[in-house]
Amino acid sequence: MSYNFKAEMNKPERLAPGHRMCAGCGGTIAVRAVLRALHEGDKAVIGNATGCLEVSTFMYPYTSYEDSYIHNAFENAGATMGGVETAYNVLKRKGKIKDDYKFITFGGDGGTYDIGFQSLSGAMERNHDFVYVCYDNGAYMNTGIQRSSATPMYADTTTTPVGSQSNGKMQNRKDLASIIAAHDVPYVGQSTLLGNFKDLHTKAEKAIYTEGACFLNVMAPCPRGWRYPTEDIMEICKLGVETCYWPLFEVDHGKWILNYEPKKKLPIEDFLRPQGRFKHLFKKGNEDLIVQFQEEVDRRWEELQFKCSR
Amino acid sequence: MAVRERLSGNEAVSYAIKQVNPDVMPAFPITPSTEIPQYVANYIANGEMDTDFIPVESEHSSMSATIGASAAGARALTATSSCGLALMWEELYVAASNRLPLALCLVNRALSGPININCDHSDSMGARDTGFIQIYAENNQEVYDNFIQAYRISEHKDVRLPIMICQDGFITSHAVENIELLEDDKVKNFVGEYEPENYLLNASQPMSLGPYAVSNYYMETKMAQNTAMQNAKQVILEVGKEFGEVSGRSYGFFEEYRLDDADYALVMIGSAAGTTKDAVDALREQGIKAGLLKLRVFRPFPDEEIAAALKNCKAVAIMDRCEGFRGKGGPLGAEVKAALYDHAKDVKAFNLIYGLGGRDFTVEEAEEIYKALQAYDKEGKPFAEYRYIGLRG
Repeated sequence: MSYNFKAEMNKPERLAPGHRMCAGCGGTIAVRAVLRALHEGDKAVIGNATGCLEVSTFMYPYTSYEDSYIHNAFENAGATMGGVETAYNVLKRKGKIKDDYKFITFGGDGGTYDIGFQSLSGAMERNHDFVYVCYDNGAYMNTGIQRSSATPMYADTTTTPVGSQSNGKMQNRKDLASIIAAHDVPYVGQSTLLGNFKDLHTKAEKAIYTEGACFLNVMAPCPRGWRYPTEDIMEICKLGVETCYWPLFEVDHGKWILNYEPKKKLPIEDFLRPQGRFKHLFKKGNEDLIVQFQEEVDRRWEELQFKCSR
Repeated sequence: MAVRERLSGNEAVSYAIKQVNPDVMPAFPITPSTEIPQYVANYIANGEMDTDFIPVESEHSSMSATIGASAAGARALTATSSCGLALMWEELYVAASNRLPLALCLVNRALSGPININCDHSDSMGARDTGFIQIYAENNQEVYDNFIQAYRISEHKDVRLPIMICQDGFITSHAVENIELLEDDKVKNFVGEYEPENYLLNASQPMSLGPYAVSNYYMETKMAQNTAMQNAKQVILEVGKEFGEVSGRSYGFFEEYRLDDADYALVMIGSAAGTTKDAVDALREQGIKAGLLKLRVFRPFPDEEIAAALKNCKAVAIMDRCEGFRGKGGPLGAEVKAALYDHAKDVKAFNLIYGLGGRDFTVEEAEEIYKALQAYDKEGKPFAEYRYIGLRG
């Protein structure tokens, strides 16, 4: 599949402007990038777990969606789209509808890793033909930056605040892409916002046009929660990849594929330093915390390399 | 010719589902409603219907997927009991506020704890304010008939609300009784095709569903739901009458059993009405004018009609198979008393609790209640209100 950035960017937007997402929100950029991967003219139903995206793009009586859209609740985006997709199959079979549809559901890490995890797992196991896209900003941003199971260790959040007795979140983040891959679904991709968006676009297109349940995990920084200057989002994403904190990989019908290997893996400090949520790690006496963080990144990176080498 | 059969309540409602042949059924097992998805899955496996069954991983997901399917434009339903309904709670409101005419086959069972798999009405009574239409049955015939009427009511353009078709756990769901089934084509003609106006898969008009609505808009949505619920009253009566023309069995908001000239009445929901009818007959033999109001439709609540039916009674006992923990009885008692207060103030009404967690309710107990009403009326003997019937000594 050839990728032409200019042509892609000139396609009509399927998420109309005028929504109320923050300036520089990574989630919105991820959603627009995924929707661009729908072929022009193809019909789609977009699903959404409760979160920033939902409350900011579908405020009654306005909707930002050119396609049909359904938000049900926080913890059930997977099951809800499973119902939509099943209805589509039946109505098509019974001749009640003619058009072809694709199904894409968006959820933040709260609605995906945590409260919606069971619903997602069920929908993936049943192999409904839709794509679930997690825009992972590593905390419950909609309710005000509370920790999630996607929050990296030592991040300062409003429920894991840094204090005299606390260095922030005490646990490592859940590796959701691997967990979904373990459901033996046809396709899982991990990506983020990079350069000309080819990586995310290619994975989104593959996920949308692969039959069965597919999953995309997209690191989508939140300038408010991560506390970096809004305009630096692309640099933050790049550092996430170059430090191997957020590797780009896919699992295509069981085959693990590493999409990018940095020529020179950058130290994790480069990713942590620009973010206010990790400010305390750079205080004197906290050097060992960064060492631990680095060790965890290395361990996961090696494990991923091993899976992709087989 | 109607078909004479012997079926349990679960099999009866499943047979009705097969005849209606809806598009999508997500469900998760829970006693005593488990058999319903089992029967449906078997019908599908044997090519007797072409519904798509989704074996979801929880009841929250079964209602979520039912909502998704209904929003997409399909005729959808699920089945559950007790804790399963409790797990769906949030979704019941979502279904109703999105005005989705889906159906829920509820087999009434007590809520935990302690865990108890037997009948009472605390599950559906807890869901009484979710915006679902609620229709109850005394026996397998009624639950079969009620399901066949369900989509005609819920999908009506003046209504468009989800509907709960309730039957008593085990007492109705598992007891095999005689039943008269309608022919398939009669059911199909009666129910008709579902022609949704707004749905996700409408290629000519995409739709967004499930908005965030601020205070400027939220209240109007509730008013619209309430208007639809009130509209449902007329539709329920019309559909019940039309069903009578097809089947010979007409339905209204409630059944009045020897209530016309009754001095003393019981008001109740569900299978215990059968027991109570025996008590009424026995007491009539003894010259006591006993009668029964068996409520079929709890949402919308037919308050004026109930009051009118009870207005000539000297004393009434309202029987709740659900504890309200307000120290004064259960939800049916509260609502019937409110109806009497508005429309028939002179009728003395008491509230009693019975049958929780499957506790038997006997003919003798019913007779005693009627006699206590009579003693209150004739001798001024105090009536012990808010008490539990059949409690261990």
